[in-house]
Amino acid sequence: MAKIKGAIVVDVERCKGCEVCVGACPTNVIGMADNVNGKGYHFAYMADADACIGCTNCAIVCPDGVITVYKKKMTA
Amino acid sequence: MLKEIIQPENLAYKKTELMTDTVLSYCPGCGHGTIHRLMMDVIEELDAWEDTIGVAPVGCSVLAYEFMNVDMQQAAHGRAPAVATGIKRCWPDKLVFTYQGDGDLAAIGTAETIHAINRGENIVIVFVNNGIYGMTGGQMAPTTLPNMKSSTSPYGRDVDMMGAPLKITELISQLPGAYYVTRQAVHTPAHVRKTKKAIKKAFQNQIDKKGGVSFVEVVSNCNSGWKMTPVQSNEWMVDNMFPFYPLGDIKVDGELVTK
Repeated sequence: MAKIKGAIVVDVERCKGCEVCVGACPTNVIGMADNVNGKGYHFAYMADADACIGCTNCAIVCPDGVITVYKKKMTA
Repeated sequence: MLKEIIQPENLAYKKTELMTDTVLSYCPGCGHGTIHRLMMDVIEELDAWEDTIGVAPVGCSVLAYEFMNVDMQQAAHGRAPAVATGIKRCWPDKLVFTYQGDGDLAAIGTAETIHAINRGENIVIVFVNNGIYGMTGGQMAPTTLPNMKSSTSPYGRDVDMMGAPLKITELISQLPGAYYVTRQAVHTPAHVRKTKKAIKKAFQNQIDKKGGVSFVEVVSNCNSGWKMTPVQSNEWMVDNMFPFYPLGDIKVDGELVTK
């Protein structure tokens, strides 16, 4: 069965760690990193990468537009 | 595995090119950034970036011209609708929008707002309402809710002394020059998509020369001014702002929506 898999790329240096994307994700993919970026913010990252379905919800609520979403139909 | 997915041909969403790469000056979690991007998304979809002139206000979004990669003009505090009127009358074929906060549109610029709408100028006004003066340090605004604390109303807004909050969107919807009036929010993906539709409809009205102002209010959070985390402020907004500022269309195609 074909399955949709997604992935997000976070622009770490522009992320302000507001956590709005965490609640917007329907599959709880996103977590906040223990590390901080150059501004001292805990940035968002893919904590559970396998669960991402590429729905773009996180990217459209991100106030700073730091999330880029990729989506691919997997056949296997 | 991830490398296989992260390829240019699999791109599902990317920030529009019409937003510059300048880091936004807004606080973490502020709705301004989302609204900026939605407007630029819409202009990109309408393929109108060469014909768009925006008017930036005074307030948190005073630097909007740094972030929106379209032609912009900065107006004096509250005077964006007057400047937009001038631009639109000089270039009737251009798309003209103003982007204003509640301190700009509903406080110092009330007269300009009401008269520009009453004249039925063919412009788009985007009004961001967060119920507080965010830029100057969280003072009470005309839109501050009853009993809401701010730095100049530390015991809460006393309606007997300070008056009731100004529902400017309902007020201007009564004017014949208002063609499309709506109130939206951007705290969840569903609301973001709805807001984008509303902004698109507003710009489409202007392109179609419907003859009247298209007014989109976006109820937003101000987590710094409200002294909350971004997620808490969004919850507080749902619980407190939305009962007073209900979301939905107020006037569509020149007709008031009756509920």
